[in-house]
Amino acid sequence: MKVKILYFASVREKVGRDAEEIELPAGIATVAALRTHLRTRGGTYENAFAEKALLRAAVNQDMVEPAASLKAGDEVAFFPPVTGG
Amino acid sequence: MKVAVQKEAFDVGFEIRSISQDKSIGAVASFVGQVRDVAMTLEHYPGMTEKALTAIVEEAKSRWNVIDCTVIHRYGELQPTDPIVLVVVASAHRGDAFAACEFLMDYLKTRAPFWKKEQTAAGERWVEAKSSDDRAAERWKS
Repeated sequence: MKVKILYFASVREKVGRDAEEIELPAGIATVAALRTHLRTRGGTYENAFAEKALLRAAVNQDMVEPAASLKAGDEVAFFPPVTGG
Repeated sequence: MKVAVQKEAFDVGFEIRSISQDKSIGAVASFVGQVRDVAMTLEHYPGMTEKALTAIVEEAKSRWNVIDCTVIHRYGELQPTDPIVLVVVASAHRGDAFAACEFLMDYLKTRAPFWKKEQTAAGERWVEAKSSDDRAAERWKS
């Protein structure tokens, strides 16, 4: 199944792109699993998704917990804690 | 109700005058947040930002008497003293107007997808989220 991934702020800079569409490997069904999967791609992803990196995620533009499940066509976003206002 | 995410500056006087002329309104509270010390660039998540701000406004309406409300948040390049965010709340009485205004600011600081990057003398740096902002938002849960 395919999902669209968006990166913002420091995550976008570390990854080196702002969006991509990826085919999820079998067994990757949650935001937490996707985060781990991205880290194992190595290179810029290893740094952006390091275990100690403080990251937040949204699915279809709603902030979610790491255990949130994914389905085909979802828009998943990864970003650092927000600093607006 | 008005929620706007824009690059352009806003006119506080105009926005307050544009609040509903409903005769039940007895109090209009407003807050303006502005850039301190150094220039910055504000990035946001188009689509989610509007959705998150609208959800926060709905939550405020469910907790307090909010007859009308305006939230405007800017993005892009901003200089010291530039206004960043405006919240205007109109209620029957001041208690609800003040509380809803403060709640809206506390919640948007922790829930609306904006990120600040400061241009300091030593170079650019992403502003880190403050735990004091998390605590400010937490206190509304009780």
